[in-house]
Amino acid sequence: MDLFSVVAEWFPYLVEGILVTVGLVASALIIGACLGLPMAIGQVYGSRPLKYVIGLYVWFFRGLPVLVLLFMFYFTIFPLLNLDLDAFFVGATVLGLRGAAYQSQIFRGAIQSISEGQMTAARSLGMSRAAAIRTIIIPQAVRIALPGWSNEYPNILTDSAICYAIGVAELLTRTSQIVTQTYITMPIYILCALMFIMLNFAGMRVIAYLEKRVAIPGFSGGGQAGIV
Amino acid sequence: MDETAQFIDFCINILFPALADGLMITVLLVLITAPFGIAFGVLLAVGRVYGKSYGNWICRLFVGFVKGCPLMLLLFILYFGLPTVPYVGVTFDAFTASIIGFICCNSAYNSEYVRGAIISVKEGQLIAASALGMTKRQAIMYIVLPQALRRAIPGLSNEFIYLIKYSSLAYMITLVELTGAGKIVFTKYFEPGVFFVVGIVYLALVTVTTVGANALEKKYAVPGTQKR
Amino acid sequence: MSENKTDYILRVEDIHKTYGDAEVLKGVSFNVRKGDTIVFIGPSGTGKSTLLRCINQLTVPDSGRVWLHDEEVTNSGKKINRFRQKIGMVFQNFYLFDHLTAIKNVEIALIKVKGMSPEAAREKALYELRQVGMEDFADHYPAELSGGQAQRVSIARALAMEPDVILFDEPTSALDPELTREVLEVMRKLALEGMTMLVVTHEMGFARSVATEIVFMESGVIQEIGTPAEVFGDGGGFERIRSFMGKIGDLSGD
Ligand SMILES: Nc1ncnc2c1ncn2[C@@H]1O[C@H](COP(=O)(O)OP(=O)(O)OP(=O)(O)O)[C@@H](O)[C@H]1O
Ligand SMILES: [Mg+2]
Repeated sequence: MDLFSVVAEWFPYLVEGILVTVGLVASALIIGACLGLPMAIGQVYGSRPLKYVIGLYVWFFRGLPVLVLLFMFYFTIFPLLNLDLDAFFVGATVLGLRGAAYQSQIFRGAIQSISEGQMTAARSLGMSRAAAIRTIIIPQAVRIALPGWSNEYPNILTDSAICYAIGVAELLTRTSQIVTQTYITMPIYILCALMFIMLNFAGMRVIAYLEKRVAIPGFSGGGQAGIV
Repeated sequence: MDETAQFIDFCINILFPALADGLMITVLLVLITAPFGIAFGVLLAVGRVYGKSYGNWICRLFVGFVKGCPLMLLLFILYFGLPTVPYVGVTFDAFTASIIGFICCNSAYNSEYVRGAIISVKEGQLIAASALGMTKRQAIMYIVLPQALRRAIPGLSNEFIYLIKYSSLAYMITLVELTGAGKIVFTKYFEPGVFFVVGIVYLALVTVTTVGANALEKKYAVPGTQKR
Repeated sequence: MSENKTDYILRVEDIHKTYGDAEVLKGVSFNVRKGDTIVFIGPSGTGKSTLLRCINQLTVPDSGRVWLHDEEVTNSGKKINRFRQKIGMVFQNFYLFDHLTAIKNVEIALIKVKGMSPEAAREKALYELRQVGMEDFADHYPAELSGGQAQRVSIARALAMEPDVILFDEPTSALDPELTREVLEVMRKLALEGMTMLVVTHEMGFARSVATEIVFMESGVIQEIGTPAEVFGDGGGFERIRSFMGKIGDLSGD
């Protein structure tokens, strides 16, 4: 069998897989950020019961393997809720909910590293607590937290392959399909690995670019942002 | 009430025995992997910090590949891929393939923590060791590594907890560990509680390990140098 | 003129060292007799630390040679670690091994480098800690010691190797005056007991009362050498040393 023609034939199918993987990762990162940031704020500024509930959430999602979470949501939780979701949505949701637990801790660290003086100064200008959080704390925290994303992104990228277990047609799933169809094993696996490594590299470049874009001169806030 | 009694009955007679067998395998996987993961992690770290040309490059490539490639794909390569390679192909059983995959993954991530810790050991420590007539090897063995390993404990225990969780991926190459045992029972009985029970077992494992790790960290902290 | 070379315990010959375009040492030579205490003074950045580090090859000089007794220290390859056992060094920032107690700091090279048994090493370490008045702190970790205490432990660590000569690079510069005194006291005692020492310091009181020779360095060369009697006496010469001492005297109030 001619390896080159096989690869050429299946290449578009793999590229579609890349798009699905990127979709999974992007949705997971966005869900994670949208939930993680409010959770971090709640954990720092919230009431005792709220802190407790968020702590419980974080403990739960960080304590379970991705595979167990996927099975739990795909086979039990969503069916019990009478939600008949596509595997892709289940995968994105689970990775997102789990990502929120991790991201909330990145944001929390960032918020806690902002000096007390920022809040005091904002309040002395007559800002409400909520306004101070929104206009002073969050813009700083997000910038400080950005380097933390350079750990979160590769983790979610490699974890996204676990969605294979519930049949999401992402890169690894398609790779396995090609292997069973063509009986060409190693070269296809290696190709898949290279694609993941390439995605990893490309994503890191994007994060580095974002970091530079939002950097404020002289503001380093513990991260690398602000180095001009 | 009746349903509850039924569920308890199901747990005692069917689920728990199955999970106990799976848990055995999970614990074995973790306990066999961890010491090798730490040993190779330290070697990789030393290779990356002090290694010359070849050694240094091999260590970097290895870590880069393992971190960029999803663990599940690595397991596929070891289990399904290697036997198909002409001449050099080796066949591993699922347990061995899992152990090898986990050691690769665990050691690559461990090496990052150890490397960071080695770099953070102050230069003066090496200078003082040299001034006493120690060779570079002696200085690394007796002065740098003992300090670096202590500092790496939080990272290493973090990685150990990840290992507990990603050991579930062994099920994807047919090894029936804890998650697999749960999945098999679920597929047979469609009992929605299964994955919650599996989840509780993981949460217990992870929580106990976290407590243990914190105690270890305290025990090995050098007096007078507790975190700022 | 007819001196026998073997009168000297340490000989330093025409050491040159350049970092980038900066020539830090421009040919430094001097000889040390057994029991000498040579004090090096001079403005910051004139290469005093670099000179000491060239002696035990922590910094490799571009050219020039160092001899300990009749053996060449420079270009000695792997044998350098044998010489470093014979040439002790005490640093401005102590460089105690942070993960080891005071006594273990003294023991470790005895065991790992000299191959002593742990029992013998312990005994030796305790003896040396007693010499510097630190036996009560044997089980303290570096982070639990004051600067002066840490420096005394580091002196014990150097002494335990039974070196022929000890290099001190500003051993008291990181210390408060009170702590400086306790370290200088230990060094004074060592000098009286006949230890050969090379000391970079700004402590003029110490130089005056302990030094056999005072060496003034500036711009990478030795500008003046004299005994304390000559330097502090009424005789002529030594203008540079005197003007330099005048400047730092204002600062240290010594
Ligand atoms: N590793 C190095 N790389 C480059 N330059 C160096 C290095 N070590 C020392 N230098 C330079 O060499 C010069 C002499 O340094 P050295 O530390 O020997 O001076 P010093 O006389 O001990 O000064 P001080 O009294 O401040 O300790 C300085 O200009 C310093 O910047
Ligand atoms: Mg100096």
